[in-house]
Amino acid sequence: MMKITSRNLNVFYEDFHALINVNLDIREHAITAFIGSSGCGKTTLLRCFNRMNDLIDGAKVHGEVRLDGKNIYPDGGDLLALRRKVGMVFQRPNPFPLSIFDNCIYGPRVHGTKERKKLEVISEHALSAVLLWEELKDRLDRPALELTGEQQQRLCIARLLAVNAEVLLMDEPCSTLDPIATQKIEELLVKLKKDYTIVIVTHNMQQAARISDSTGFFLMGEMVEFGTTKKLFRSPKHKRTQDYLEGRFG
Amino acid sequence: MNPKFIQKIASVALGTAMLVTLSVLIFIIFYILYQGLPIVSMEFLTTPIRDMGKSGGIFPTIISTFYLAFLSICIAAPLGIGTAVFLTEYTRENTVTRVIRFTTDCLAGIPSIIFGLFGFVFFVIYLGFGWSILAGSLTLATMMLPTIIRTSEEAIRAVPEGFREVTYGLGGSKWQSVTEIVLPKAFPGILTGIILSMGRAVSETAALIFTAGMSLHTPVSVLSSGRSMAVHFYTIAREGISLQMAFGTAAVLIVTISIINISSYLLMHKYMRKYA
Repeated sequence: MMKITSRNLNVFYEDFHALINVNLDIREHAITAFIGSSGCGKTTLLRCFNRMNDLIDGAKVHGEVRLDGKNIYPDGGDLLALRRKVGMVFQRPNPFPLSIFDNCIYGPRVHGTKERKKLEVISEHALSAVLLWEELKDRLDRPALELTGEQQQRLCIARLLAVNAEVLLMDEPCSTLDPIATQKIEELLVKLKKDYTIVIVTHNMQQAARISDSTGFFLMGEMVEFGTTKKLFRSPKHKRTQDYLEGRFG
Repeated sequence: MNPKFIQKIASVALGTAMLVTLSVLIFIIFYILYQGLPIVSMEFLTTPIRDMGKSGGIFPTIISTFYLAFLSICIAAPLGIGTAVFLTEYTRENTVTRVIRFTTDCLAGIPSIIFGLFGFVFFVIYLGFGWSILAGSLTLATMMLPTIIRTSEEAIRAVPEGFREVTYGLGGSKWQSVTEIVLPKAFPGILTGIILSMGRAVSETAALIFTAGMSLHTPVSVLSSGRSMAVHFYTIAREGISLQMAFGTAAVLIVTISIINISSYLLMHKYMRKYA
């Protein structure tokens, strides 16, 4: 089952052609990784999937992106509903300067859930899903900024799960974490893919190889190659992919 | 000269500058409190003005002052914060926003007597409010706007962009990002601006003489005239009515401003612990 498909997707920042003709199918309940050097367009692509590029001055998106078969770039589409379904985790853990509990239920509250009981249930579910509940259940009213970087990143993921996101977009979610924390987050992602569709941008090729099912390799705004992770890493079809994987550039 | 010696001179010079500044401030405050406090009593605070201020209390001026400060904040704060939110969140940087910013900066530099004249011509005469608390508050509000706009703007800009993106990322609207995270996070900074401008309102004289008038009576509605503590102080000192009463008024004014400042900072700290 394909969750997200893109056809002839082009993105411009003013005159800069940031993404060139991207055609891609992202499978449901799998982890898809985008690799490539800085500025190759992988984050831009990620931000197309929840229309975060709309926030950038001078950004123009042409082509088609479909979520569950429905175009997400129609005129007057429901941006807010889209973003509830397609959540985003950023490079640097960015919990709000609020309590752990308030962070967790921020989304539901914004969407109008007021009942304390309901919110408590939601927070327990979300925190359990990211394996934080046992650790934190006794200090939900503590500031989220007291948590370690890894816990903060988990909390940021929980924040998305609390609004029933279906797709988790992750923009280098481990780049500010140490190796042990990184490993724990990776284990979490593998566990979460049963219920969610995960798209992850990473600088770290080993990370893509370890956890992803499919991988796309990007270079200068083009998607050079896309395929199952096994195939792409073992026998890349393109010379440029092979060069990158062998560390000749990037 | 060797660097160590220069260093010594520098620290002595800087220390002296600090001491001079501090001692001038302390001297003024203590002098006024020393001269004024002896006459301040419960009676002074709660009885009406008698003999044009030669005797009696200053009750009407306290009421006028609070009335003016409260009403002007109620007018200026929503307008100022709204403008700041509009400038930072709802428009992109362009010529119009630069013009708005430039004009607010100019507005901040205009002497208060000019605002007084404007208030007199526009609110008092043209709109027919007469010398009144309402006209005075509106004039004060126009004076406070630049400070409130600029400090709120700075405070809002200091909120990390990431917080807004997360709200959008969770399917929140711009308005929700503003009300749920941006304003709460920027609140201490915004409050600082409001306190600063409130201090200006409480101590203003020139603009108020023209707009709120100098009635000796306690204002009963927004359309009655009333003199604030600062105006009362100015009048009885200038006309040589009673220096002692003037100092008493000044002492109350200083204590009032201190109370406003201290309680706002306490409130701010309590709040910041939640949003740290």
